[in-house]
Amino acid sequence: MADMSPEKTKMPEQEPEVRNKNFLEVAKGYTPELAKREAGRCLGCKNPRCVEGCPVSVPIPEFIGHIQKDDMEGAYRALSRANALPAVCGRVCPQENQCEGKCVRGIKGESVGIGRLERFVADWALENNVANTDREPDNGHRVAVIGSGPAGLTCAGELARKGYRVTVFEAFHVAGGVLSYGIPEFRLPKSIVEKEVDKLRSLGVDIELNTVIGKVLSIDELFEMGYEAVFIGSGAGLPQFMKIPGESLVGVFSANEYLTRINLMKAYKPDSPTPIFESKKVAVLGGGNVAMDAARCAKRMGADVHIVYRRGEAELPARAEEVHHAKEEGIHFDLLCNPVMIEGDEKGRVRSMKVIRMELGEPDASGRRRPIPIEGSEFEMEVDTVIVAIGTSPNPLIRSTTPGLETNKWGCITTNEDGSTSREGVFAGGDASTGAATVILAMGAGKTAARSIDEYLKNK
Amino acid sequence: MPKKYEIVRKKVLTPDITSISVYAPLIAKKARAGQFIILRASEDGERVPLTVSSVDGELVTVVYQKVGDSTMTLDEIPEGECLQDFVGPLGEPTPIEGVKRAAVVGGGLGCAIALPVAKALHDAGAKVDLIGGFRTKDIVILEEEMGKASDNLYICTDDGSYGYNGFTTGKLEELLKNGEKYDRVYAIGPLVMMKFVCRVTEKYDIPTTVSMNPIMIDGTGMCGCCRVTVDGQVKFACVDGPDFDGHKIDFDETIARAATYKEFEQRRRAEHKCRLEGMSNG
Repeated sequence: MADMSPEKTKMPEQEPEVRNKNFLEVAKGYTPELAKREAGRCLGCKNPRCVEGCPVSVPIPEFIGHIQKDDMEGAYRALSRANALPAVCGRVCPQENQCEGKCVRGIKGESVGIGRLERFVADWALENNVANTDREPDNGHRVAVIGSGPAGLTCAGELARKGYRVTVFEAFHVAGGVLSYGIPEFRLPKSIVEKEVDKLRSLGVDIELNTVIGKVLSIDELFEMGYEAVFIGSGAGLPQFMKIPGESLVGVFSANEYLTRINLMKAYKPDSPTPIFESKKVAVLGGGNVAMDAARCAKRMGADVHIVYRRGEAELPARAEEVHHAKEEGIHFDLLCNPVMIEGDEKGRVRSMKVIRMELGEPDASGRRRPIPIEGSEFEMEVDTVIVAIGTSPNPLIRSTTPGLETNKWGCITTNEDGSTSREGVFAGGDASTGAATVILAMGAGKTAARSIDEYLKNK
Repeated sequence: MPKKYEIVRKKVLTPDITSISVYAPLIAKKARAGQFIILRASEDGERVPLTVSSVDGELVTVVYQKVGDSTMTLDEIPEGECLQDFVGPLGEPTPIEGVKRAAVVGGGLGCAIALPVAKALHDAGAKVDLIGGFRTKDIVILEEEMGKASDNLYICTDDGSYGYNGFTTGKLEELLKNGEKYDRVYAIGPLVMMKFVCRVTEKYDIPTTVSMNPIMIDGTGMCGCCRVTVDGQVKFACVDGPDFDGHKIDFDETIARAATYKEFEQRRRAEHKCRLEGMSNG
């Protein structure tokens, strides 16, 4: 008989006033007892709607069923069969819009804490060195994967399990893509990312770091080297700016730069050689997950932080939990506010930002109500740092060096539903083809492309 | 065979400037004049962008000046040992097509980067005047190599201790006044030098290419930290550059941005010296 408690079992967290001064993980994860209690709330639906909501189709009732029976290894096998990076997804997926959003328990109360359970099982496997090394025998075919972010790693893992010889090419000195440079330590510890990547290595995936495809090797050269198919998961690309006066002043950073310095380059450690700007008052422009991450990092570095977003609370694109956490940690939200210009001092450093208040009009093309400036409502915000987190535009390195690879008017690689592109044998997925989206959507695309690559090479 | 990222040759050019040749066959095959690499000397070290100075078989040579914590750490790695990371070639090659008569102006360490540009032009059949500026005679570097890569080499020293007495801009202007006609001028060196070279060439209406070396992290367009304003547009030096039309660059902004982490770096440099002295004393 299922536990009919209407609320999710709470997950222990660091207190807001403690955690906003450190980079340790905010949410501490379930204990075995808490996990078992939460697993007890799952009804084990015959027709599980949660699975439909998952971009990588994790067999959710099956893995939760194993937790109910104290069979952690069984739970992990079921989970890892479908998801190459479960410890990551359990932490960063927007579950409320996916699996948990479809859970029948959510109709009369809170849904089952699927994400928390996924994290619990994945962490259990990492702690106990349990790996799922099931793979088909080596089939001798070679596949190149460009980018070691969520799309690339998932595609690589899936193909390795099917017996392919996979090489992942990464531009940075560390694997993981946005999981390493973007998402902060307190939300996704880098040791977790490293362990998940190591699991893929143990499946036989080879990762070549410091290799920029489009520069040191072209896609055509990869084919000449004997790779029979290529997956492009090179990520979102160049940070966008507001195109307002003052954006090149000292003290204006893209969220990518700010987060990369802190996460990948470890500027949060006091003895790090990586320079980081010493900010007193920070404005973060944007309302997505990246904006929340940048704001919460700046807070932990000791600054007073304001999120400046041109629409209202209901329109914030960030995960609900991130907004909630940010508020708890003392980050101010200046909603319905749009920056007009950034002003500098005589040394070219940010001194203040002029902002105009907005009101919401009729819905626009995105379905959200369009923000309209309120005339005469400008005001001055005194800040020394502005972090711009309003999205990215695609990176030109691959499209400009790959003849015949079609891109759309924004420069994103055009893909069919199965991940194939205009070039034979070349597949793509994740932010490189969709523009900036989520980790799990990129993983879903990586998985789809792996299936298509398998079919393509089998029929070749 | 050398190991991946091994420093195969290390040459001290002046007390502050050193040249290292690193084993990186793939990069060596692709690198063109004007492109750069990014290296990390050690685990947890900074990513340091350096423009390629020359390529010799499977070796890529870069020249660095010991100015900060990271280059001081780099300098501690002896010949035969490996760098942590070495990635490239990044950026676009310097455009040299169609140039028949060129002046290449290098300042200090910038001469190490001016050299491959001069060589590429010279190899492509252009007539090249190379103007290399240094503070004083003792710190002149790569004189022989620069001589080979040009038709005329003019060394200038600020204090007049060797060659032309004065700045590179003075020498350039003198040549122009004497009637030299250049299709294009290339300026590579300190921002202030490039700014003033552009002032001179503007007067004579000569297209001028400058090589930017702003603060960078990834070098592939992801972080946006290397942005420069060119003709009112924001460009990323790592993917759009590092070479730009010198007459359209906002130099004052670029000079201010280069000082973003000045205080941080001063502190780290002092700490590094303390660590070294601490070691030698203890």
